[in-house]
Amino acid sequence: MTVKITVNGRAEAVEAELDTPLLWVIRDELGLTGTKFGCGVAQCGACTVFVNGQPRRSCVTPIGTIPDADITTIEGVSDKVAKAVQAAWTEIDVPQCGYCQSGQIMSAIALLSEIDKPSDRDIDLAMNGNVCRCCTYHRIRAAIHDASKRMEG
Amino acid sequence: MTIAFAPSRRAFVQASGATALVLGVHIPLGNRGKAVAAEAAFTPNAFVQIGADNTITVVCKHIEFGQGPYTGVATILADELDADWNQIRVVSAPADVEKYANSAFGVQGTGGSTAMANSWDQLRTAGAEARARLIAAAAAAWNVGAGEITIDNGVLKHSDGKSGTFGEFVDGATRVTLTAPATPKTKDAYRYIGKHVPKVDTVSKTNGTAQYTIDVKLPDMLTCVIARPPRFAGKAKSFDASGALTIKGVKEVFTVPQGVAVLATGYWPARKGMEALKVEWDESGTEGRGTEGLMQEFKKLADDKGVVARNDGDIDGALSGAATIIEATYTFPYLAHAPMEPNDCVIRRTADGGVEMLFGSQMPTVDQASAAKVLGLDPKKVSITTLLAGGSFGRRATPSGDMAIEAADVLKAAKHQGPIKVIWTREDDIKGGRYRPVFVHKLKGGVDKDGKIVAWQQVIVGQSFMKGSPFESAMLKDGVDVTMVEGAATLPYQIPNLEVSAHIVEVGVPTLWWRSVGSTHTAYSTETFLDELAALSGTDPLEIRRQLLAKHPRHLGVLNLAAEKAGWGSSLPDGKARGIAVHESFKSFVAQVVEVSLGEDGLPKVERVVCAVDCGIAINPEIIKAQMEGGIGYGLSGSLYGAVDLDNGVVRQSNFHDYRVLRINEMPTVEVYIVPSEEKPTGVGEPGVPPIAPAVANAWAKLTGQRIHDLPFSRFVPNA
Ligand code: FES
Ligand code: FES
Repeated sequence: MTVKITVNGRAEAVEAELDTPLLWVIRDELGLTGTKFGCGVAQCGACTVFVNGQPRRSCVTPIGTIPDADITTIEGVSDKVAKAVQAAWTEIDVPQCGYCQSGQIMSAIALLSEIDKPSDRDIDLAMNGNVCRCCTYHRIRAAIHDASKRMEG
Repeated sequence: MTIAFAPSRRAFVQASGATALVLGVHIPLGNRGKAVAAEAAFTPNAFVQIGADNTITVVCKHIEFGQGPYTGVATILADELDADWNQIRVVSAPADVEKYANSAFGVQGTGGSTAMANSWDQLRTAGAEARARLIAAAAAAWNVGAGEITIDNGVLKHSDGKSGTFGEFVDGATRVTLTAPATPKTKDAYRYIGKHVPKVDTVSKTNGTAQYTIDVKLPDMLTCVIARPPRFAGKAKSFDASGALTIKGVKEVFTVPQGVAVLATGYWPARKGMEALKVEWDESGTEGRGTEGLMQEFKKLADDKGVVARNDGDIDGALSGAATIIEATYTFPYLAHAPMEPNDCVIRRTADGGVEMLFGSQMPTVDQASAAKVLGLDPKKVSITTLLAGGSFGRRATPSGDMAIEAADVLKAAKHQGPIKVIWTREDDIKGGRYRPVFVHKLKGGVDKDGKIVAWQQVIVGQSFMKGSPFESAMLKDGVDVTMVEGAATLPYQIPNLEVSAHIVEVGVPTLWWRSVGSTHTAYSTETFLDELAALSGTDPLEIRRQLLAKHPRHLGVLNLAAEKAGWGSSLPDGKARGIAVHESFKSFVAQVVEVSLGEDGLPKVERVVCAVDCGIAINPEIIKAQMEGGIGYGLSGSLYGAVDLDNGVVRQSNFHDYRVLRINEMPTVEVYIVPSEEKPTGVGEPGVPPIAPAVANAWAKLTGQRIHDLPFSRFVPNA
């Protein structure tokens, strides 16, 4: 089947079975490997992307359920919030192995786009679907607060 | 500064002396343009190369999976060269044991928190040599004395105003001969060591460009997912692939020693194909016991003394003469490492009749030899390109080269001649074995009428993953696996009568080291039991440790620092309690003080952790802090929730929903303090883990009166 989607602003017509999760369309068909596979069952958040502006776990999003969707991956984020988040992540040296971080950053961008000054509780609620086995959580929290400050400027 | 995964073929060959195939230049790279070294280059040794374009390429023999060795080796070399930080890039070393062996184990590999300890002298010497030759070359060109030349931020300078970059002197530096051996800098001249430098891999890990094994794309590559037996070491007897082969994208299905392999055009069809297989398994000889039964067997064994690992004084006499004796039996479950990136490996045939493997190889020497054996090749024909890995925590360092063997087995059996990427599912990872073994500890302790601890007897029962491994001769001493008893047999407390013994049990479940190895269980039993003994005389937990560690200044150093920073002894609001633990592992010393309350789910809520670490000279203080933070989270995850259980030999858990791991809302605030030290650097990847669980248990006991002897904590809260 051919499914039409827009990925990072580019119109794509992908050949895929309709049950193929968006994650594998992005990675194996489109070659965008910043979005990661961690569990395949919506338990870790490594595969988080934006579908029509909303954060989604792409590993459990069959491509057939999102025809014509507008998708943004880590490779395509570029707005003010994204820049603030990436700058904060770099400043605070958040990543260790780095494997979960695309997903963490996507969730952080989604949070800060919604709430520009999140409390610790807001962060817990927005980020607890993103597992980091290196347990960089402490720095993720600091980086979200830091990004929030950067967004003021 | 960037990490160059693929410098020019020529540069890497010069730097490594390895065959040209090592290079995996076909991996698409964001920063490849920058990574290409100049044609002319100065290569004084196997660790550093300076290009005419002024780039400095550092060859790192340790895999980077988050513990920071890339930045660590860059820091040491940049410092020795007084380089500009932006000149430096890091590449991973090819498999070449002669050049890149880890001096701690004799093979090329990363583990035991040895990366910095093992690189400190080696890289300072390598850097000093490069520096001396650059200076000698400049001195010759300018016709001045070498002693009159200084280097500042990558620029060679003479007092009369002449200056030049490293790149200008690569030719001369290659040709000069040094009259005296170069000596590394003294610490007053450090420029980067001990300071905060940005990690070399951070930017690529925040924009999605960092390349892991799972990201490798090669022309004509197929993806492999394997149907694995329900019980360890089961073999596929027969299979029906008719369903699998109807799935679009599935190319072939065949048996391998690990199970039934499905090759497809991508992960999704491979996985669907795997699920559509009907396999009949031969389970003869597989392990059929469950963990509960194993624990009972282990407990029985723990009633008797095992092979003695340490025996001070007269334990039997001391126990019979003690005023009070207490006993405790501890149980520790199997633990999966569950690194974020599941196991994977890319393998392909090369033009010279060999193969290349691209993956997060933690022990390249072992992986190279293991794959070569499967394929009937000379190990020199197996090249390894070590990529970034999404965590390991011990999982990627299999003494038997499991992942390399599996990839080689798949390549060997496949009709497909192109590259193959083998990917484990998360279910494969959780069910796939190589766990931290189950352990039972039995402790008996005695105090005299004044409350002084006079007797300590510990029996440890578990599997040995060293037995039968290439490390057996080094790690099994007189029938004792030192990794089973480390932290217990090395107990630093001054107790006159102390005996530690161990029983090795054979179980058909593959096990492995898990971040901090023996200390994952010995720190827990010893540090909580000490609190129990101290409680008999009402002695404060900090005080008892101070008394018994009088001869261990480095233990005392971290203990006192953590206690002071945490405000030990000051009052806390109702509903909160403190606990403390101190432990040495991998030659580093760590103490942690925690503040714990009762969580909504009935489990301990760890609110604050104050951590003090002494790891010798602090090369990268920020990385040390990050490793303590990460180690604390990892240890907390394992002790609060971690358990892999077997029912009749079949693993019950399968993914993160039932192998629960720590999440952000469960992460405490962490403060890390580093003890200033002149000692040589030691490791930080593992030593942050051991103290956290016992410190939490000690705080929990203070808060609730409940002593937890069976991990994980979630065992005692039914719905947690
Ligand atoms: S891979 Fe999608 S949530 Fe884990
Ligand atoms: S940085 Fe390693 S899993 Fe998050």
